[in-house]
Amino acid sequence: MTAAAPAPDLRGKMLRRRTVSGARWVLVVVVILFSLVPFYWLINTSLKTGAGLSSGELFPSEPTLSNYVTVLQNSNFMLSLRNSVIVALSATTIAIVFASFAAYALARLRLRRKTLLLALILSVTTFPTIAIAAPMFSLWSDLGLYDTLPGLIIPKLTFALPMAIYILTSFFKEIPRELEESAYVDGASPFQAFYKIILPLATPGIATTAILVFILVWNEFLLPVTLTTSPEARTVPVAITFFSGTSQYDQPLGAISAASVIITIPLVIVVLVFQKKIISGLTAGSLKG
Amino acid sequence: MTEVQERKSRRRPKELARDVAERRLAWMMVSPSLVLMALVAAFPIGYALWLSMNQYSLMQAGLSRFVGLQNYVEILSGEAWWTAFLQTVTFTVISVSLELILGTAMALLLNQAFRGRGLLRTVVLVPYAVLTVVSAITWRTMFEPSLGLVTTVLNGLGLPGGDLVWLGEPGYAMAVVILADVWKTTPFVALLVLAGLQVIPSDVYEAAQIDGASKVKTFFNITLPLLKPALVLAAIFRTLDALRIFDLPFVLTRGANGTETMSMLAYRELRENRLIGEGSALSILTFLTVMVFALMYIRFAGGNLRDEAKEK
Repeated sequence: MTAAAPAPDLRGKMLRRRTVSGARWVLVVVVILFSLVPFYWLINTSLKTGAGLSSGELFPSEPTLSNYVTVLQNSNFMLSLRNSVIVALSATTIAIVFASFAAYALARLRLRRKTLLLALILSVTTFPTIAIAAPMFSLWSDLGLYDTLPGLIIPKLTFALPMAIYILTSFFKEIPRELEESAYVDGASPFQAFYKIILPLATPGIATTAILVFILVWNEFLLPVTLTTSPEARTVPVAITFFSGTSQYDQPLGAISAASVIITIPLVIVVLVFQKKIISGLTAGSLKG
Repeated sequence: MTEVQERKSRRRPKELARDVAERRLAWMMVSPSLVLMALVAAFPIGYALWLSMNQYSLMQAGLSRFVGLQNYVEILSGEAWWTAFLQTVTFTVISVSLELILGTAMALLLNQAFRGRGLLRTVVLVPYAVLTVVSAITWRTMFEPSLGLVTTVLNGLGLPGGDLVWLGEPGYAMAVVILADVWKTTPFVALLVLAGLQVIPSDVYEAAQIDGASKVKTFFNITLPLLKPALVLAAIFRTLDALRIFDLPFVLTRGANGTETMSMLAYRELRENRLIGEGSALSILTFLTVMVFALMYIRFAGGNLRDEAKEK
């Protein structure tokens, strides 16, 4: 657009442009409200106690952090936080180590039936979790792994590993091939090329994959709810929902909301800090077929 | 390609040796993962199949007898499975449709150049970062009688529905579950569609503009067909995920008021009623349902995409 005074026929165009951008702002505001208002209401609820919890005040008239104190003093909640960290870190680490090797072979090396293998691996990510949880429930009861952390980490791999392989494969494909070619010319073996050249270059992709797998494992609910029963093995998502009141009808919604806010804020920060990477990971491979 | 072939013919013995070594290495790198997946994915499904063909004593642990397909016959001739099946499919069709429409709208918005776009993209990621269980709790606080924002707003504006116990009424309870799912996963769809939008070359739009096509026409005749791969992919991911939904309705209603899904029914039989055979049969049926949907998608979408690739 030039800075010159608009010719008469341009004026209508500019007016239209203004209404277009007006409509756009309305949309932007709607999207922002829809995304954030529910979360605001969760925080609002977490700041209320007693009578406040049965009123729909838009701003708590007597905001209090007592729900947060209750949650942080609850030893079962702290225990579940520890369990979640152990389970998510272990499953993510194991999945990433196994997946790095597999993904490199699938992305770069000569291998028969590559497409079939990738399709099989991807199909596992769509398995309904209950189809894994049900047999594991019976098996772990027989083997004594029911209600233990290892008994939870193992079935978490069912979904963590194929997801890691799939995302990593698309990251490895993006690394320019010339790098390996020149390594070969220098006399490196394919494994050396992988280990010394590609792996260091793929670190950002591996980190992104690790974040996404960690979120998947941390988030997943059906396995821990089926395979654990005591606070010693429960993970955070289950522990929150089992925060019970004195009676069935007295759900301590204030404390539940506070616990929800506590575990959501670190995750929101991680996602916002790494948003570019996470977006690239989520959409990785999606357009290359 | 020709260069590679040339090189191949020149240094054939060395190339061949490397080829063999490379294939062997590839298998060595892939097989640990394949073995692990066989152990944690294939084996449990097989074991579930075996469990589903047995009946287990409730009185004496470990006592069981082989009953073949009897569990399946009983489940399929009963009502509970079909109710859960229909409710799950209803949930899936409505929520995935809404997510695709709203996700596309959101992606179109995010694809435009305007100040504050970065902020908007950050904001829409917040629901994605929220745990599914937390998003269920969040929407419970929204619809709670007297405490909930929805109730407060409806009452404040004098609109009907202020005294409605949303999660306590069939239909309304399902609507809240769908709303919570749409809130949580629309950003994911939007990101996939946005990635699809960004690979559409801009000269297509310039050509349309020169031809004087309206914005609406441009969207339906140019953008939408070019977005098809991204949309199909998002639809597949979301459908298969929605069919196994468990946590949202579990936290919102515990399956009451017409919100029990296939996974929840299997869980109830297995965990709460301790019916291992029936619970396993139900989880196998859930598994088969998801696989049938997956095959249908591959059949239709896969064929379509392949035709398009050929045309290009």
